[in-house]
Amino acid sequence: MAGISRREFVKLVGASGALSAFGLTGCESAPTKAAKAAPRVVVIGGGFGGATCAKYLRIYDPTLNVTMVEQNAGHITCPGSNWVLGGLRNMEAITQNYNALRGKHGVNVVQDRVTSVDPGKRIVYLSSGKTLEYDRLVMSPGIDFRWDAIAGYDEAASQVIPHAWKAGSQTVLLQKQLHDMPDGGTVIICPPAMPFRCPPGPPERASMIAYYLKTNKPRSKILILDAKEEFSKQKLFMNAWNELYPGMIEWVPASKGGKIQRVDVASRTVYSDEGLTTHKGDVVNIIPPQRAGEIAVSAGLANQAGWCPVNQQTFESTLVPNIHVIGDSAVAGALPKSAHTANNIAKMTAAAIVSIFRGVKPPLPSHVNTCYSLVGPEYGISIAAIYKLGEDGMLQGVKGAGGVSPVDAPRQFRVQEAGYAQGWYVSITADSFG
Amino acid sequence: MAITWKHEKVVVAALMGAVGLLSTAAQAQDSQTQVISRGEVIATTCYTCHGTYGASPSSIPKINDLSTERMISTLQGFRSGQRASTIMSRHVSGYSDEEIVEVATYIGNLQKRGK
Repeated sequence: MAGISRREFVKLVGASGALSAFGLTGCESAPTKAAKAAPRVVVIGGGFGGATCAKYLRIYDPTLNVTMVEQNAGHITCPGSNWVLGGLRNMEAITQNYNALRGKHGVNVVQDRVTSVDPGKRIVYLSSGKTLEYDRLVMSPGIDFRWDAIAGYDEAASQVIPHAWKAGSQTVLLQKQLHDMPDGGTVIICPPAMPFRCPPGPPERASMIAYYLKTNKPRSKILILDAKEEFSKQKLFMNAWNELYPGMIEWVPASKGGKIQRVDVASRTVYSDEGLTTHKGDVVNIIPPQRAGEIAVSAGLANQAGWCPVNQQTFESTLVPNIHVIGDSAVAGALPKSAHTANNIAKMTAAAIVSIFRGVKPPLPSHVNTCYSLVGPEYGISIAAIYKLGEDGMLQGVKGAGGVSPVDAPRQFRVQEAGYAQGWYVSITADSFG
Repeated sequence: MAITWKHEKVVVAALMGAVGLLSTAAQAQDSQTQVISRGEVIATTCYTCHGTYGASPSSIPKINDLSTERMISTLQGFRSGQRASTIMSRHVSGYSDEEIVEVATYIGNLQKRGK
């Protein structure tokens, strides 16, 4: 170098300035001395909750040392997985990666599985043998299933009778069974009682399967055996079914024999009314009762009901200090378990954690839930709600706000909402993973 | 050692980087005690549909080009029903006038902050 050496150049402006001039700062993987001293947050789980929290922690405070542990290389989203069953999307379209978290937001994404947590020493143990120390831990492990809730239905049975309530190979299995079933066959869907992940998911699934069947196997039927007495957006769904798929979908509430108690996997038969009523399907989809993700339970964060009680402002566990539980695993007041609420909870939690590190009061949270469902490719419906912290410390829906799409809306409204449903998917995945 | 013209450009760029860094460092220092505003908290809930920093990547409208005044009048229009919407009127009815001003002020100033 004729005029100036790199060493002199660095001396002139300082190492950080030189790096900045060459565009190398922002996402460095080797921690600087300053970064080592920065508070450490470990996020367990790379779904909507975990990914959003990791991103927004770094947005709120780019000096934080944020590590996200996720066992998979990417996240296959539950939102959109019913659209795959309807033939509107493929699996690739609902698969998100962590490139932006790593490259754009400076999150240290570790592909590994958490084996245990020591809350006393504040250490996370990984299956690779590595350990991660934290100042604050965020748990976003999603749901796991209560395999003992329905006689005959365990994890092995789900390889024959899919739940497809975690998107991925289960979605592909259910789709294959739908493709293989004969025209004139019966699809049985068995949703659980509340609380469970994505309350409008089962009727949207029935809608998307109906769309597939109407197009490909129009003599077929769908039977929903529900463990509930009512379901989300019920009137809107039922009106739409009458309009789009007349006579194809039958819904049976719990009190009329909808609650199943037993399954015979080999014959694809489900039993309700204490075994008095049997239904045999060509395809059976059982969505079992759920609880918080296993790692949250084993870390002592769950209550007897299997969900994790938290301070609803900061989402810090009320059972174990310095651990925040977000997303579907948390008991979040009136908030439903949805990708949208997981995204919002993650942001409120990030704001709370950053405030705690700064020694200032965490901001009052404000949450939104927006849930679109596609009944057909050009027929969308929605539910919306705003949630704020009540004086009792519980998140409550704001009275007079939110609600479902108007029942008497013109068809153009449904077309618009179908467009927004698909826009919502693009936006929320970009906000959480992009 | 002579610094050539070519290198001057690099040095200026580097100094600008250094100045930028100083300014970032100053901001970072400020941010260490900064309280996250109510407007920002509410704004992050808008981002879920309208894109991070309001820069929507989808068919849902972007909001990062709205002035504070325009955003206030738009939101109030949704709430009163004067402005047609599919879902926004259901959302906006959950916020007080004060909250609308706070979130509109935050989002209306995003571009000034380089977001």
